[in-house]
Amino acid sequence: MLKEKQVLTVSQLTKDIKLILENTFGFVWVEGEVSNLRQSASGHIYFTLKDNSAQIKCVLFKQQALGIKFQLKDGLKIVVFSKLSVYERDGQYQLYINLVEPKGKGSLQLAFEQLKGRLAKEGLFEPSHKKPLPFLPKTIGVITSPTGAVIRDILHVLERRFENFRVLIYPVKVQGESAKMEIVEAIKYFNAADNADVIILARGGGSIEDLWAFNEEAVARAIYDSKIPIVSAVGHETDFTIADFVSDLRAPTPSRAAELVIPQKRDLCQNIKDYIAQLSRALKDFMPQRRQRLDSLLDALRRGVEDVFEEKKQRFELEVSKLQQLNPLGILRRGYSVTLKMPDEEMLFDAGMLRPGERVKTRLHKGSFYSTVEKTQGDE
Amino acid sequence: MKFEEALHKLERIVEELEAGNISLDKAIKIYQDGMLISKQCLELLDKAEKKIQICSKDKDGNIKVKSFKEKDNAGKD
Repeated sequence: MLKEKQVLTVSQLTKDIKLILENTFGFVWVEGEVSNLRQSASGHIYFTLKDNSAQIKCVLFKQQALGIKFQLKDGLKIVVFSKLSVYERDGQYQLYINLVEPKGKGSLQLAFEQLKGRLAKEGLFEPSHKKPLPFLPKTIGVITSPTGAVIRDILHVLERRFENFRVLIYPVKVQGESAKMEIVEAIKYFNAADNADVIILARGGGSIEDLWAFNEEAVARAIYDSKIPIVSAVGHETDFTIADFVSDLRAPTPSRAAELVIPQKRDLCQNIKDYIAQLSRALKDFMPQRRQRLDSLLDALRRGVEDVFEEKKQRFELEVSKLQQLNPLGILRRGYSVTLKMPDEEMLFDAGMLRPGERVKTRLHKGSFYSTVEKTQGDE
Repeated sequence: MKFEEALHKLERIVEELEAGNISLDKAIKIYQDGMLISKQCLELLDKAEKKIQICSKDKDGNIKVKSFKEKDNAGKD
């Protein structure tokens, strides 16, 4: 029971309530769903955190809001680290938020998914926008840290594939606050200077935090706007960044990127040598084709000549057989004989050519005999 | 001529010659062309000189290109 009426002003009471609340709760972790989200012109964000049966006002000041990579929106389930206090002017208790995390996954993971969704919708990952890599680049631009394994691996692979390669390195920080702007600057430099035919954008493996620069919207847009094709090689094979989705080609590792941008010189030389061999073979094959046609013409010609020859031969044989019929030996077979004057075997046509006592030889169909002339007689 | 163009040209010549439905004069002509382009291709592969360069900013923020020494990179892992 009160002896005296103790009267407090609204301000005093509110102050007391504020003190009790702040001292009792201090900083608390609270989870709930975002609703009634609105951002003031000054950049502060106001929303209500609710569950099935209660809700509480929340304030996220601009300074803290800037540190959030993902986008807060109605319906999102979050966990906040905040100070419970009272906004005296409105008599309102509320949470002043220091940290926000999406419930169930890391905030970077959520930020990654949100940006990926947004850029995909905008068409930044469209295959039709992807530029083909040059067949044989004159100069390869490399955007990465100038120290460490990544650049060394890239140079090593290039050296192995094509020993007289040309590289222009644009050194950048690949993590930390300035990384994003440096990468954007590097891409813009190559495009403005136009001194590379292809760009490798590379970084070794790391956590999502380490790789974050490659998930920044500014980097994604710079890659998209580049007129020079970009091959991304960020992290290990299983790490995917936004840069990988926007780039013209994604390589699983920096070494692989180096393999993708330049062909094996040895293979190219072999190709050309194969072509030379093919050319020579084709020309050799070409000659016989022509020769075959020539051969068949020659054949036809020869056959023609042979035909003529055959005809002549037949006529010749006919003549021969005629001649054979005239052979004097054929006449002998029919009982005639030939008489020759000895010793010169001079053929006799006229008895006047002989005198008695001269010797003659008479040739019959089979064999000959010799005789001596007894007397001669004129034509009977 | 760029290497890629030369290589395509060479491919077409080989195809044409292998197809064979051209005159002998033409065949010999394109064979000679093919041999010349092959030689040019091989020369193009050796033409470039190895060069590793790195960009750096001077104090006015202008970007200069200078030679990159691989030993700069040694021992900094």
